[in-house]
Amino acid sequence: MSEAEGQQHPIKIYLWIWGLLFVLSALSYMVDYVGFQGYLRWGLILLFMFLKAGFIIAIFMHMMWEKMALITAILLPPSALLVLIGFMAIEGDYTWGMRDVTFSEPDFVATMPEHH
Amino acid sequence: MSSAAVAGEATASRWGSVVEDWSAEKQTFHAPWGKAMMWIFLLSDTFIFSCFLVGYMHVRITAQIPWPPVSEVFALSFGGDPIPLILIAIMTFVLITSSGTMAMAVNYGYRRNKKVTVLLMLATALLGVTFVSMQAFEWTKLIVDEGVRPWGNPMGAPQFGAAFFMITGFHGMHVSAGVIYLLVIANRVRRGDYDKSGSYETVEIAGLYWHFVDLVWVFIFAFFYLW
Repeated sequence: MSEAEGQQHPIKIYLWIWGLLFVLSALSYMVDYVGFQGYLRWGLILLFMFLKAGFIIAIFMHMMWEKMALITAILLPPSALLVLIGFMAIEGDYTWGMRDVTFSEPDFVATMPEHH
Repeated sequence: MSSAAVAGEATASRWGSVVEDWSAEKQTFHAPWGKAMMWIFLLSDTFIFSCFLVGYMHVRITAQIPWPPVSEVFALSFGGDPIPLILIAIMTFVLITSSGTMAMAVNYGYRRNKKVTVLLMLATALLGVTFVSMQAFEWTKLIVDEGVRPWGNPMGAPQFGAAFFMITGFHGMHVSAGVIYLLVIANRVRRGDYDKSGSYETVEIAGLYWHFVDLVWVFIFAFFYLW
């Protein structure tokens, strides 16, 4: 709001968000470490991802304190990506199906790296 | 809709301000031009990274050979059993830490504390260098030890290498550019340029770029490493 003075907020709020980001990162890493699968895995990973992204944009990038005209101009356009994601997922399924029908069986044997 | 108008006095004025700002022939964004332009640049960058991530999603959906087990591929052993994704987890923490120091640098800039601002910006840059170094280590390990190439690898779908090098490479390039950017601005703060101009918003604008780099990593971490 205070354009002349720039964005001034108490240090405390940054430290809180910083800590929260650490916790959320640790939690999303734990999802993989513990080995959750299926919808539970995906629900948790996406939840932690959006929370982290939200805190970074809202607090660290000060979006929360900007005027609505700027917020909408920056945050609304990326919603078009949902359409792209949807189209590419549908098209991807189709491509996979066509390959499954027309390609010959791949003769590939996977070898895993050894960690020394 | 009179009830909404009465109930939402504060929200109405918030949304009403959008109409007000876009109406008539005058400046729309009441922010310093440098900040508005940085936001618009970041918006365009969002679309670039999204294209890479959506492209990656597409090749992964269409791959006939199973995708390499990412959690195992990026495991690292410190003498004992390999720990899955450990290097990536450390890289994530390094980047978040750097985001924190940058947020504090912006804050101290507006408080006109030159010395602390410069120190925090240097700390941010140093953490950025640490991140890129770890990424260089990861790339070397993948290319030299495990034979990953943009067109194939011994562990699974050949598209893995192309997606990996493209996405993490482009992100690493952003971090490297950010380090240079931060050093330039930190030097200007040290010289006292912003005491003369009277505004530390340039530090905040550099901060926006740096936080964006961290933001992109959040999505790469979720979609590339945890999927």
